[in-house]
Amino acid sequence: MQFKRSLLSTALLATTLIGASFAAQAAVVPEGVKLAAKQELVRGNGTEVASLDPHKTEGVPESHVIRDLLEGLVNQDADGKTIPGVAESWTTADNKTFTFNLRKDAKWSNGDPVTAHDFVYSFQRAVDPNTASPYSWYLEMTTMQNASDIIAGKKDKSTLGVKAVDDYTFEVSLESAVPYFVMMMGHTTVKPVHKATVEKFGDKWTKPENFVGNGAFVVNNWVVNERIELVPNTQYWDNANTVLTKVTFLPIENQVAEMNRFLSGEIDITNELPNEHFRRLQKEHPESLAIKGNLCTYYYNFNTHKAPFDDVRVRKAISYAIDRDIVANAILGQGQKPAYFLTPEIVAGFSPELPAYGKLSQKERIAKAKQLLEEAGYNKANPLKFTLLYNTSENHKKIAVAIGSMWKKSLGVEVVLENQEWKTYLETKKQGDFEAARAGWCGDYNEASTFTSLMEGKNTTGGIHYKSAAYDKLVKDAVETTDDAQREKLYYAQEQLLADDMPLAPIYQYVTARLLNPAVGGYAENNAEDKLYSKDMYIIQK
Amino acid sequence: MFKFILKRILEAIPTMLILITVSFFLMRFAPGSPFSSERTLPPQVMANINAKYGLDKPVFDQYTTYLTNVLQGDLGPSFKYKDFTVNELVVSALPVSAKIGALAFIFAVVFGVSVGTLAALRQNSWLDYAVMSTAMLGIVMPSFVLAPVLIYIFSIGLGWFPAGGWLDGSLQYMVLPVLGMAMMYVATFARITRGSMIEVLNSNFIRTARAKGLSYSYIVVKHALKPAMLPVISYMGPAFVGIITGSVVIETIFGLPGIGKLFVNAAFNRDYSLVMGVTILIGFLFILFNAIVDILLAYVDPKIRY
Repeated sequence: MQFKRSLLSTALLATTLIGASFAAQAAVVPEGVKLAAKQELVRGNGTEVASLDPHKTEGVPESHVIRDLLEGLVNQDADGKTIPGVAESWTTADNKTFTFNLRKDAKWSNGDPVTAHDFVYSFQRAVDPNTASPYSWYLEMTTMQNASDIIAGKKDKSTLGVKAVDDYTFEVSLESAVPYFVMMMGHTTVKPVHKATVEKFGDKWTKPENFVGNGAFVVNNWVVNERIELVPNTQYWDNANTVLTKVTFLPIENQVAEMNRFLSGEIDITNELPNEHFRRLQKEHPESLAIKGNLCTYYYNFNTHKAPFDDVRVRKAISYAIDRDIVANAILGQGQKPAYFLTPEIVAGFSPELPAYGKLSQKERIAKAKQLLEEAGYNKANPLKFTLLYNTSENHKKIAVAIGSMWKKSLGVEVVLENQEWKTYLETKKQGDFEAARAGWCGDYNEASTFTSLMEGKNTTGGIHYKSAAYDKLVKDAVETTDDAQREKLYYAQEQLLADDMPLAPIYQYVTARLLNPAVGGYAENNAEDKLYSKDMYIIQK
Repeated sequence: MFKFILKRILEAIPTMLILITVSFFLMRFAPGSPFSSERTLPPQVMANINAKYGLDKPVFDQYTTYLTNVLQGDLGPSFKYKDFTVNELVVSALPVSAKIGALAFIFAVVFGVSVGTLAALRQNSWLDYAVMSTAMLGIVMPSFVLAPVLIYIFSIGLGWFPAGGWLDGSLQYMVLPVLGMAMMYVATFARITRGSMIEVLNSNFIRTARAKGLSYSYIVVKHALKPAMLPVISYMGPAFVGIITGSVVIETIFGLPGIGKLFVNAAFNRDYSLVMGVTILIGFLFILFNAIVDILLAYVDPKIRY
């Protein structure tokens, strides 16, 4: 059977004062592609989702499902560009007040129209301390008016800087100018929820029998630890262009189990793939390997408040002695890149020159490291000793063992490797009870500030172990400037300062490596944030 | 017998109470909290979450509240799976584990006892050696090795059965997990049965029966099988609990939404209420099945009387 599918019937163009224009999305099936009769997609999704309520979640697996169920003001296209979602267009004169013009045909799955009031309600709910959203800080980061005070319980949620000018005009006021604000509106935390449904069912509104959403799909079946099944939302404004008839998310944490189920044809898109099988898969199933850059950086965090890492020379020496090429190419080898910056190279609008130590050869770096360590008072008679903490995982172990032996070989450092199970590791880090610790950070949006803000003094994950007034000032200046070029310079200055102070040693830039059924069309292979919309995908006839 | 059952129930009450108390406090002393994540939450948000789950109260108050709720059959909300209560999660997971576990158990007992008996009757024959060396292989091969081998052969290779999933318990989804779980117990049951059977067949009362001129098959079925089953029955209790708890490995490999998987995830997530709920359930099953085994033994063995 052949389906004929036109490009989006009304190619929608939105020109705004920001000066950008966009085409709306949907599953765009190229001409000549024959669609399979059965349009069902099965996606591996890592762990079981903690919730399907966007204001109660914080993880990636949750975001993958919620992206199909709820539509925010903006979406992303296959390349990661921000495109219209519920908002058809938007305007701003000063990057402080943003006006979103909502499409009039957007509907909830029960037929109710999606209006600006829904967004007012949802944004207020996200910052309401009673909701206790683990990601409420995200709205604080947008500098939305009064968000901080509301989260802290000092002001009422009604004072949040959001307004429904009329049913289809939504206005947001920020405390400072945030030029990338619209991009930030693609996040899970700022998705709308249906007020009447939430109020009627409370914590149970996400159950299949109660669920009301405005995304391309609705929940049809949910078996905890086994599967979540979605079917198209017939009320969705662009439902005519949704090709898939069913999307299934499987929570499979075990990478080998997930690979096996892919190889036996039960999964179309895996969440990850087991590193130790990578080379075999590359040989036996090259057509099924899908690898793309990912907005994440792997690094070792130093506790600058504790000896021996209260000495910048020690931090630098330890960082310099890591041969990042070996880690990225020999140990991992899936396309990961060595990292000398906290911000990955693929972040939009971020293309700095390498810091001085990144331009040296490894031999030169080691010579420099030896000299620094000597100056800090460590030598053969008095070798540097410390403990490296990492969360239990085969991959982290492999990397830690390799880097440990690099340190031993080049600097004579004696390092104890300590692994802790995830929650214990988090607690140890929170208490500051570590010397050096493995960590990773992934961007919440495709802009450098999502990385550089990690080392801000008030950031309880990274910056709290650094606390640099000079750095904090650079972060503040970058938020406040209205000049794009100036901002990029400030980001570079931040990275430069990090290279000088070395509160962390960036190691490599992640990739998303997974198995992908070649019959799946519309997979966003260049979307660095891995924002996959099932509505954009389809199954090709073999 | 009624008195015996009543006694077992009365004994179970303090055991359960100790179990609940110890696990409640042990869980609270584990480092990390259900709500710790990469980014530490703002104090006000943390305070609100704690208030919502009653974690802002003194631990002893939390304990008494918990105990009161449990007595009313309320295991509380899950700390991790925020859209579900512990009762809902347990109710949806238990049938999965029970179904796989019961099938694996029945298969292990029936198959294990049959081949064990056969081996005993043909002692030192090629059949005996074949059965016993296969059994040895079954015992030494843990399920985390066997299960992937089964998947490799029957799912990826032959494509007969799915490599995982549950799909509301359809038959083809159960074959491999049941096999993977049962093989070790088939082997153990076979060995126990064989040993016990040989011992019984060599005992005096069997010799007497044969001297009376009874047919061999009549002797085996009527006289030998029942006493030979005693060690088998004793092993059933631990085997059943082993199958239920051992399901963690099988459920993880095959992606089954059962109790074992729930339990492991709950512990990693510090989902206090879910860990407690599953602990109570497993503790209860443990006591229940040991009591059933004791009653069965009393019924089979005339030497045991209560």
